[in-house]
Amino acid sequence: MDLSLENLSCRRAGRLIFSDLGFRIDAGQAAALRGPNGVGKSTLLRQLAGLIPVAGGDAMLGEVSLAQDRQAFQERIAYAGHLDAVKPALTVAENLALWAGINGSEADPEKALARFGLDAIADRPAAQCSAGQKKRLGLARLLVTDRPLWLLDEPTVSLDAEAVGLITGLVADHVGAGGLALIATHVDLGLRDMPVLELSPPGAAAAEQADPFLEGAWL
Amino acid sequence: MRGTGALIVRDLRLALRLGGGGGIGVAFFVLAVVLIPLGVGQEGAVLARIAGGVLWIAALLAALLSLDRIFQADFEDGSLDQLMLSPLALEQVVLGKAAAHWVTTGLPMTLIAPVLGLMLNLPSAVLPALVIGMALGTPALSLIGAVGAAITVGVRRGGLLLSILVLPLYIPSLIFGARAVERALTGLSPWPVLMIGAGLTLFCAALAPFAAAAALRINAR
Repeated sequence: MDLSLENLSCRRAGRLIFSDLGFRIDAGQAAALRGPNGVGKSTLLRQLAGLIPVAGGDAMLGEVSLAQDRQAFQERIAYAGHLDAVKPALTVAENLALWAGINGSEADPEKALARFGLDAIADRPAAQCSAGQKKRLGLARLLVTDRPLWLLDEPTVSLDAEAVGLITGLVADHVGAGGLALIATHVDLGLRDMPVLELSPPGAAAAEQADPFLEGAWL
Repeated sequence: MRGTGALIVRDLRLALRLGGGGGIGVAFFVLAVVLIPLGVGQEGAVLARIAGGVLWIAALLAALLSLDRIFQADFEDGSLDQLMLSPLALEQVVLGKAAAHWVTTGLPMTLIAPVLGLMLNLPSAVLPALVIGMALGTPALSLIGAVGAAITVGVRRGGLLLSILVLPLYIPSLIFGARAVERALTGLSPWPVLMIGAGLTLFCAALAPFAAAAALRINAR
């Protein structure tokens, strides 16, 4: 299974974020998504997660098209965004176990906790965790989701050097097993032969032509 | 099915933990009804005549109080994005969350309603109409409320907007619920009205998940 972006375009509130994006990630590859702040990295990841509609072009994951069959596409995606989706009122272990239940995963949540060094604080309410620990807990969900394509939005934010190494190892294992990953990041994760998708701001002309009303942003 | 169960358990657990506000709706319901005899006076015949309406209006307001909890927190901490990517259909998520909301508001209100009814001097022969009416009618409050909550999920502190949006839609439930008590009180059979109330709930159960899911998808953009 491979991911290919074919002339993918995105609009938000009538504003053109990017257009005619072409890129390809083969099975067993992790790609880096780079570009200056505000260029649309997070937007692209959310779009590939099926949360923002496709304005033009398409993304194909194997035989599944994002524009044609969003539901099936989403079922092959694991997304870790800026928000950790951690409930402060639940303990660390409960947080992860509930996601494993909702996702119907067979994976053992305790193993995922151990892998992220969270087993020692498993019984602690997530409200008492540090930002880095919450981030780890959010990322641990990847291990109880069983999806081929990982979309990671700045996974290293608020993590220490050891945890960054952990993420690198995790992604390496995932792609080693035939998975794919697209990672928006400003740091070097140290993964070997990583293709880079560089986003750049759309030209002024392209931004001009977008009229929110005429383009039907209200649809 | 297993995923929906896990979602309902999660929501119930969150509602019952500190700050979840699970008991707030019921507490408000009880307090609001207890205030009525203090304001209206303790004349038995008057209280019995207004009891059905009072209980139902208090139930509507109590259900409103906790509606923003259905989706707001999950929207803000990213859980909603993850739920959209989960194997559950978003419509299933809505139905599960509305069910959890009902278990923490509608169900306890239904259970405590006969006690409050007695306090308002309702004859015990009328209590079945009250309890059955609430059991059949309050799920509609959670379902309609879920639609309102989904529409206003992107609005910070949208609680007031949500009330204005949802209260008019509660009118049919109020009419049929209160009317069932009134009919029983005057010796008529409450069943025709109860059946319409149940039909209303079924109608909401069929439609609300789709409406709320569509609103959530738009708000996720």
